Amino acid sequence: MTTKDRYDVVIIGAGPGGLAAAIAARQNGAEDVLVIERDKELGGILQQCIHNGFGLETFQQDLPGPSYAQRFIDQALDHGVEFLLDTMVLDISSQRRIFATGKHSGIVDLTARSVVLSMGCRERTRAQIRIPGMRPAGVYTAGTAQRWVNVEGFMPGSRYVILGSGDIGMIMARRLTLEGAHVERVLEVMPYLTGLTRNYVQCLMDFDIPLQLSHTVKRIIGHKRVEAVETVRVDERWNPIPGSEEIIPCDTMLLSVGLIPENELSRQAGVLIDPLTGGPFVDDSFQTNIPGIFAAGNVVHVYDLVDWVSEAGRLAGISAARFAAQVRRKENRLVPLLAGENVRYVVPHRMDRETLAETPVRLQLRVRQPIESPVWVEVRNRTNLIARKGELYARPGEIITLEIPTTAYDEVQKADELTLAVVKR
Amino acid sequence: MKAYDVIVIGGGIVGCMTARFLSRYRLNILLIDKAADIGTGASAANSAIVHAGYDPEPGTLKAKMNVLGNAMWDTLSGELGFEYDRRGDYVVAIGPEELDTLDKLLEQGRRNGVPGMHVILADEMRSREPNINPLVSGALWAPTGGICDPFMATVAAAENAVANGVTVLLETEFQDFIFDGARIVGVRTNVGDFGCRWAVNAAGLYADQVMHKAGVRPEFKITPRRGEYAVLDRAELEVNNVLFPVPSERGKGILVTATLHGNAMVGPNSQIVDDAEDSAVTNDGMAEIWEGAQKLIPSLTPRLAIAVFAGLRAHGNAPCLTPGVSHNHDFIIETPREAPGLVNIGGIESPGLTSAPAIALHVIEMLREAGEKLEEKPDWNPIRPPRPHFRKLPREEQMKLIKADPRFGRVICRCEMVTEGEIIAEIHAPIPARNYDAIKRRTWLGTGRCLGSFDMPRVVEILAEELGIAPEEVTKKGPGSEFLTRKTKAWEA
Ligand SMILES: Cc1cc2nc3c(=O)[nH]c(=O)nc-3n(C[C@H](O)[C@H](O)[C@H](O)COP(=O)(O)OP(=O)(O)OC[C@H]3O[C@@H](n4cnc5c(N)ncnc54)[C@H](O)[C@@H]3O)c2cc1C
Ligand SMILES: Cc1cc2nc3c(=O)[nH]c(=O)nc-3n(C[C@H](O)[C@H](O)[C@H](O)COP(=O)(O)OP(=O)(O)OC[C@H]3O[C@@H](n4cnc5c(N)ncnc54)[C@H](O)[C@@H]3O)c2cc1C
Repeated sequence: MTTKDRYDVVIIGAGPGGLAAAIAARQNGAEDVLVIERDKELGGILQQCIHNGFGLETFQQDLPGPSYAQRFIDQALDHGVEFLLDTMVLDISSQRRIFATGKHSGIVDLTARSVVLSMGCRERTRAQIRIPGMRPAGVYTAGTAQRWVNVEGFMPGSRYVILGSGDIGMIMARRLTLEGAHVERVLEVMPYLTGLTRNYVQCLMDFDIPLQLSHTVKRIIGHKRVEAVETVRVDERWNPIPGSEEIIPCDTMLLSVGLIPENELSRQAGVLIDPLTGGPFVDDSFQTNIPGIFAAGNVVHVYDLVDWVSEAGRLAGISAARFAAQVRRKENRLVPLLAGENVRYVVPHRMDRETLAETPVRLQLRVRQPIESPVWVEVRNRTNLIARKGELYARPGEIITLEIPTTAYDEVQKADELTLAVVKR
Repeated sequence: MKAYDVIVIGGGIVGCMTARFLSRYRLNILLIDKAADIGTGASAANSAIVHAGYDPEPGTLKAKMNVLGNAMWDTLSGELGFEYDRRGDYVVAIGPEELDTLDKLLEQGRRNGVPGMHVILADEMRSREPNINPLVSGALWAPTGGICDPFMATVAAAENAVANGVTVLLETEFQDFIFDGARIVGVRTNVGDFGCRWAVNAAGLYADQVMHKAGVRPEFKITPRRGEYAVLDRAELEVNNVLFPVPSERGKGILVTATLHGNAMVGPNSQIVDDAEDSAVTNDGMAEIWEGAQKLIPSLTPRLAIAVFAGLRAHGNAPCLTPGVSHNHDFIIETPREAPGLVNIGGIESPGLTSAPAIALHVIEMLREAGEKLEEKPDWNPIRPPRPHFRKLPREEQMKLIKADPRFGRVICRCEMVTEGEIIAEIHAPIPARNYDAIKRRTWLGTGRCLGSFDMPRVVEILAEELGIAPEEVTKKGPGSEFLTRKTKAWEA
């Protein structure tokens, strides 16, 4: 549960990008930093990446995903970063008002002085739509299978065909093999590998899993559960070559055809998206076109190494802390003007302390009750009188004007609020 | 043997509407469906249009049921709490050659008793649907056409039937009738025999096989005709109207329509298939529907597709009984003399969805004519309250919902914003949603851009927990369609 409705920095997503941003924001003067994460755990996609290959740049160590994440989680906790887990942000406005909900957090409605978007990416599924055939159980994205196997401890099938030579697909080919399943082959529609060569060697070659380039799935067969897929070779223009069809019995087809930044939320806030990267246009401080909204990690463009995500998060966190500090300074300059004894309202409602450095500030007010004898119209900081003016009477129908003179500058700097009163002389 | 007054075979829109309208009377009713959910046949995969009724040939049972049925949908959607929008429909003529057909359709509509139709000019059509083919030459406007959520209409009817005492048994397959002489006195199913005084054949694609078991219409044959569709990404393109091309020999043609979920939809083609379960989508079919769709809205491209599916029409060969009308694939709605106790419904292809409530009333009429007393129950409740859809509520309502039940605060499907609260409500509804697809059809979860890759593990977990089963037992659409095979580290079976 959050206790505040205003934070210096709010970070959306607790993956490596968001965690690095949170730590950096605290290190750079942000008073309170809140990370909102829709999953039940911190760490983002790294929690399901139990293979190694993380942290070579940052720590000069070859770590599994969760260990890499844990280092940042520990730091974030040490730095007093606040977290809301199992809570999904549904809406952000360009004014940085954030609306989120969660089963345990209920309704979260707060405003941030700056925001870091770090929602990561999701898997592409378009290819799935184009595959003709039935819609049985057993067709999953590689990432979904990865979550089932690595986080929840279930196998989504026993004989697999993997479509797409992306890294997650190849890593899953190895993982499933180690779990005793059989991966029939990996198909790639392009004439070249789309993932890292390192993964091809370590995940496919070492396990004798065939890779077929220039091949795709022509049809999915099976009513209830996948029973087979029909594969076909394609030419340079992806046109199937007749006669090259092959039916491969299997019970599962995994898709590993790439990732795409997750920016539905960003769009709601008016953040402009680059059609090439699929992520926001950002400047060198990772600020988007909306002032005070920053973005870092896979939400900006899909990274191949997590270390660069952490670095981007760090920079965005520093920028966000700076921006928040500016907003806070501006907020602190504003002093509320309150209606005290026999005052119905005052306009303006707040004043900038700095205005008095140059000009007096004119206030207008109405009284509650008529007083048909001479009155004082006063403005005070607690008990200290700041300005006073005499009137012969006060009536609700007539507006009274009062000026705070420039000489009150020092006294006003000390005030948390100023109170107006109209009292009998 | 448990005995009922009426057993309805088939829980599509026809069976469910029939059960719902019959539940008004003092009758003990059983509805069975072989699938793991109701409404998994044609009623879940069609164009979702409540047709105005200008299309069927005058004099046919199709024409009569269509126009009668159409008039019932406003009341029905109000009573049963499902979404329905009578926004009218258009038949769009492209190029001057097609204009004549509009007049023919207008005349046909008038003869069928369709109210309010008229032909509009090309400019008017362009202003009502700015993306329309610039070569549009005019359009027929039918204000009584509408769009609905056909699956939820089916569910709502079934739930209301259950609330009024009807028993629903799923995964219960009709195998044969039990006879006393020629009279039908029960049905045999895979889960046992049930006695009845009336059996209603509402088996959709299998209605021919069911009636043959009763020895009725041995010459009647259903030829499944597959229709393929593509659903478009809501964020990418909006279509505001229901747009038909001018019809051809082959039927109503490939349309472009708005849906109540906000996504536009294109399709269907019409392909004869041998297997009544063959709802596979094909490359050729897709090419055909995009070409058809582009005739109406040239800017439509396959790139906009977010989902594809296919439905199977129960195309029959029953001749129309009206003298002078030569139409050989009319609806069958009858109580055949040779099989007393049978209410025989067959060949219910389009406009079967529109007609379903009228078919139900027709069944009641036939039962009365056959001597059934049909006493009304004083406590019959026609109302089925809808369940909330988080995404469609204004923010204040969403907040109220979360305050009342925090499970509505947990979003499970991020694209369509479906919450745990909604999913659990469907799992425990009067017709429980006991598998992934059942939840998907009711909540629209998993239909967005990520195609369920995000929500799937979470829904499996919720289903397992709510049904008290192991995650490995959770299915996509009934036994045999399990998502998971075993735990990791366990032996391969
Ligand atoms: C499957 C996979 C394998 C990889 N393998 C390697 C590897 O071997 N080596 C390597 O260096 N890199 C690897 N990468 C890349 C690296 O892990 C990613 O680049 C990095 O994790 C991205 O971090 P992120 O913080 O941008 O996003 P993520 O880690 O995806 O974190 C985003 C977080 O935001 C949350 N979120 C999203 N939307 C909302 C919302 N509306 N409200 C609340 N929370 C929200 C998500 O739940 C998630 O936790 C891999 C990536 C993937 C996907
Ligand atoms: C592509 C397409 C587009 C269409 N568009 C429209 C339209 O826009 N407007 C319109 O009005 N109509 C339309 N229709 C027609 C409409 O969808 C159907 O007429 C209607 O859904 C038929 O309902 P039903 O209950 O008869 O059949 P179904 O919905 O198919 O239900 C039959 C049920 O019987 C069950 N069953 C079968 N055999 C057995 C058995 N042995 N034991 C137990 N249960 C059994 C099945 O499981 C199934 O649930 C369209 C149809 C298709 C295919």
